[in-house]
Amino acid sequence: MSEKMILIPGRSSKQGTSLNQGKLKDEYKQVTTTLEMNSDDMKKRGLIDGDEVRLSNETGETIVRCLGVKPEDLPPGMLFIPYGPPSSQLMASDTAGCGMPLSKHMEVEIEKIST
Amino acid sequence: MSENIKIVENATCTFCGCVCDDMILHVDMDEKRITKAKNACVLGRAWFAEHTIEDTPAAMIDGKAVSIEEAIEEAAQTLSNAKFPITYGLSDTTCEAQRQAVAISDMIKGNIDTTTSVCHGPSGLAFQGVGESTSTLGEVKNRADLVIYWGGNPAESHPRHFGRYAVTPKGMFTPGGKKDRTIVLVDVRKTKSSPVADILIRPKPGKDFEVLWALRALVKGKKLSPDIEARTGVPLETLQDLTERMKNCRFGVLFFGMGLTMTRGRHFNSGALLALATDLNEFTHFVAKPVRGHGNVTGADNVVSWQTGYPFGVNFSRGYPRFNPGEFTTVDTLSNADADAALIIASDPASNFPKKAIAHLKSIPAVVLDTKCTETSKDAHVAFRTSTYGINTSGTVYRMDDVPITLRPAFESPFPDDYTILTGIRKRVNELMLAKHYASGASGQAKVAAPI
Amino acid sequence: MSAAMRIVNGKVYDPANNIDGEIKDICIKDGKIVDSVDDDAIVINAQGMVIMPGGVDIHCHIAGPKVNAARKLQPEDHRHDVHPGTPFTRSGTGGTVPSTFATGYRYATLGYTTAMEAAVTPIGARHTLEEFHDTPVIDKGFYVLLGENIFLQNLLREKRMEEFDQAVAWWVNATKAYTVKLVNPGGDEPWKGKKNSNVSDIDEKTDEGLSPREIIEAFIVSVNKQGFPHPPHIHCNNLGHSGNYKTTLETMKTAGDMRAHIAHIQFHSYGGELGKNPVSKAAEIVEYVDNHPNITCDVGQVMFGKSTIMTADAPLAYVLKGHTKGKWVNADTECESGCGIVPFQYQEHVYMHTLQWAIGLEIFLLSKDPWRVILSTDHPNGGSFMNYPKLIKLLMDKSFRHEEMKRVNQKALANCSLRDLEREFTLNEIAIITRAGPARALGLSNKGHLGNGADADITIYDEMEDKEMMFNAPRYVIKSGHAIIDNHEFKTDFIGKLLHISPEYDKKIEEVVQPFFESYYSIEFSNYAVDDSYLHDHEIIQTGNAKA
Repeated sequence: MSEKMILIPGRSSKQGTSLNQGKLKDEYKQVTTTLEMNSDDMKKRGLIDGDEVRLSNETGETIVRCLGVKPEDLPPGMLFIPYGPPSSQLMASDTAGCGMPLSKHMEVEIEKIST
Repeated sequence: MSENIKIVENATCTFCGCVCDDMILHVDMDEKRITKAKNACVLGRAWFAEHTIEDTPAAMIDGKAVSIEEAIEEAAQTLSNAKFPITYGLSDTTCEAQRQAVAISDMIKGNIDTTTSVCHGPSGLAFQGVGESTSTLGEVKNRADLVIYWGGNPAESHPRHFGRYAVTPKGMFTPGGKKDRTIVLVDVRKTKSSPVADILIRPKPGKDFEVLWALRALVKGKKLSPDIEARTGVPLETLQDLTERMKNCRFGVLFFGMGLTMTRGRHFNSGALLALATDLNEFTHFVAKPVRGHGNVTGADNVVSWQTGYPFGVNFSRGYPRFNPGEFTTVDTLSNADADAALIIASDPASNFPKKAIAHLKSIPAVVLDTKCTETSKDAHVAFRTSTYGINTSGTVYRMDDVPITLRPAFESPFPDDYTILTGIRKRVNELMLAKHYASGASGQAKVAAPI
Repeated sequence: MSAAMRIVNGKVYDPANNIDGEIKDICIKDGKIVDSVDDDAIVINAQGMVIMPGGVDIHCHIAGPKVNAARKLQPEDHRHDVHPGTPFTRSGTGGTVPSTFATGYRYATLGYTTAMEAAVTPIGARHTLEEFHDTPVIDKGFYVLLGENIFLQNLLREKRMEEFDQAVAWWVNATKAYTVKLVNPGGDEPWKGKKNSNVSDIDEKTDEGLSPREIIEAFIVSVNKQGFPHPPHIHCNNLGHSGNYKTTLETMKTAGDMRAHIAHIQFHSYGGELGKNPVSKAAEIVEYVDNHPNITCDVGQVMFGKSTIMTADAPLAYVLKGHTKGKWVNADTECESGCGIVPFQYQEHVYMHTLQWAIGLEIFLLSKDPWRVILSTDHPNGGSFMNYPKLIKLLMDKSFRHEEMKRVNQKALANCSLRDLEREFTLNEIAIITRAGPARALGLSNKGHLGNGADADITIYDEMEDKEMMFNAPRYVIKSGHAIIDNHEFKTDFIGKLLHISPEYDKKIEEVVQPFFESYYSIEFSNYAVDDSYLHDHEIIQTGNAKA
């Protein structure tokens, strides 16, 4: 099962503190592979906290773990992830003549990885 | 912990664009680390605590430890032999180092761009389009009675922005602090910043431009159809209420984040917001300000601007600066496979650029200066491990509101700083270029352009 | 050290030493002008050439926060006017707000070797000094904006004049400034705090209980008492408004017989009714200046074409935005200043612009004492400094002037006396208004002349009939004894030095300033003052030797 959702990469405190330790360290990797998702959306897809999902779009794909957040905090259909190498895998390189790739608001498909 | 503790007062944290200069650092001089950073936020505490001295070579070529001199020679040769060398990064180093980096790019007729292009670059373009009514952060503290945050989450990205500059501090005309201000937050999602807001507005994702344009219309006294809510997710009454508040405040400020610049609309979003702030000056005093990210990204904008006339995305291949975002910005020079060598300073494009750009970066020789090992530095042709600005070395940084501050270092690092390495590369590149010049039979005095 | 040099056979114009076109050797050693040099000195044959001291710009905007904002704002200003590098010099871009390197080199290519940035916020001093270090060839300094400083105004209101003097001296030291600048005194608080309003009368009390005149007087008294080499540099109230000449006269009268410098006086010499088209009051203004040797001024000539308005007079910039309807920058600096930036275009067919152009020329041509009426365009407000050669031609060549008058708004010409003025400046007078006069007004005893001990800042022009061409391309420019331009070509680079003052003050004043800082500034007091690492090469000009 896959469906298009909107992915918003952004900053978080943990992303900020962990990058000080070093971007090749485990904590940063942990933080940047954690996907926040509306818990109702998760239920619909039979996902629970810690499940691995594959995010993909025309540019590429990446595997992250999902974490539910209250429905009133993140609208349905929206995903949040701290910036990092996984979000780069999904970022298209076109900058529409301004130098900035579209780094928030990416359309992605989400798919549970069956274990 | 040793007894040998040094206290550094009024030190500056360069982690984010707030550049708070009221740090009181406790430095363990034997262990060479900061044990306590009084006044620092959670990000600042991590910044100071984690920048310790690692046991690693100061310079490497293709992963092998070499002397700094050898690495400088190889870097200078690599950069001056390239056809389209690019320089990128610069937001986490001093202005003194940035000036050397622009000098190198000028001499090798290369390309220079900073992390601005993937952060508030679109706001820079919007600035060139409409201008900006703005102020230093102290004016916000002293005067602002209406503070609007748009597309940002300062509680997590700039944790002291609220307490030090814009929400709670008591100022000259705001003696009551937060009581004297109305705080509005505009964001598509609820964040850790939300609790600070008196008014929370949540547009639909990607509809910022429409909301801003609707507000401009209302400020100018135009009528709006109630279907604005269906389009943007924001009820007309909410927009009307905000309009009245904006027109009737004494000193209003619109802070905006990358929620505007990185999403659908990009520079048009920033432009709409800047234009809204400008329009409001017909009624009252109103300013706007991008909430900038890295410690000295604002310094990078300033240095590149004063040396070239343009803030980022500058190319010297014709012997003078040319500006073309979308062509000379680094995501483009990499993903279009123009660049054939790179000088990356204090930045990690390999972990946050688009996939295609990263792939090209990995295929060309890169000279990388960083305080930590990163995705970018681990595959560098020449990698320098440098000391940390504000912790190990002094220099100048510019706060997000263009206020320059001199850094007070806490302890010495065995690693040289960016300035020293870049000055070394600049001098060697200059020699190589002058040798070429004299080889062609020219005369003149070989004097260095900027003997800092 | 630079090589010894002897310049022979040139016609020397050195008005400070009463030398008017005499053929005379000029000798240089160790960066200074000397009586004689050894026979093995390098000889420059200046046969057919004119020798003058290097030019001194007493009022321009070339570095610091507002200049850099104006640079960033206008890529279109740079693209048509690029400045390629050479193996010895850095590249850059031009336009009305050139990059720092282009600024320094371009001043040099006009034969100018000193320039003073006329408005810097104290908090922006560090930024300005950083840009200065990337501004090659010329020596430079800046005037620090203190008139709208809230702390100083508080002292004034409380009549704590002793502390006021100390605080002024402290601020000048803390910023490494050359003198004090006042801009639209009293106008900042109404702009920022009273919904973008302004003061309109020199005796109007603001809500804070101070009038512009009280602010002006306090600074004139304090700076004269402390003997700064250059007095307060004053941008009067009501710039650009019809009828403002009265404010200008009142401002000058406020000085009594104390020294004061009126900046870009052309913009302050308008008659007529507020809101209507102005008429020229150049004659009234010049008469006052002529009769009061304590007053110096620079003209702020308007030149047709592109300019960039950049000013601490934020309300004025907002008025101009209303005309251009284009992009606009406003930038408030906490507790210190406002600022406005507007890209602008002076057009021959526009009444106002022609009148401004004509009034500037009238002021030059009517003035009886060129020593105190100094050439400037208020770069880039009235136009780029690159217009200086053309301006010199307008002053030296009346037929050229009359040709130019045919192209402008004739109604405006009818409201001034320019058509009737037949005067032509001599080379000696040009040397006064571009060299000797500004150096004297600045109290720079080693600049603006070619006497023994002067800085070896020298320009050598081919003597030509077309004065614009002549002043556009000196054959040699020597800075501190280095031949920077040699036979029209850049042969080396040079960094130039900072000129600043360091008036004495009692350290106790810091205890008075600090509590204010802790309450109302957003940076720490101890991180505010600029440390000596920003000075690089510099010279402290002595204070306390006040001249009448």
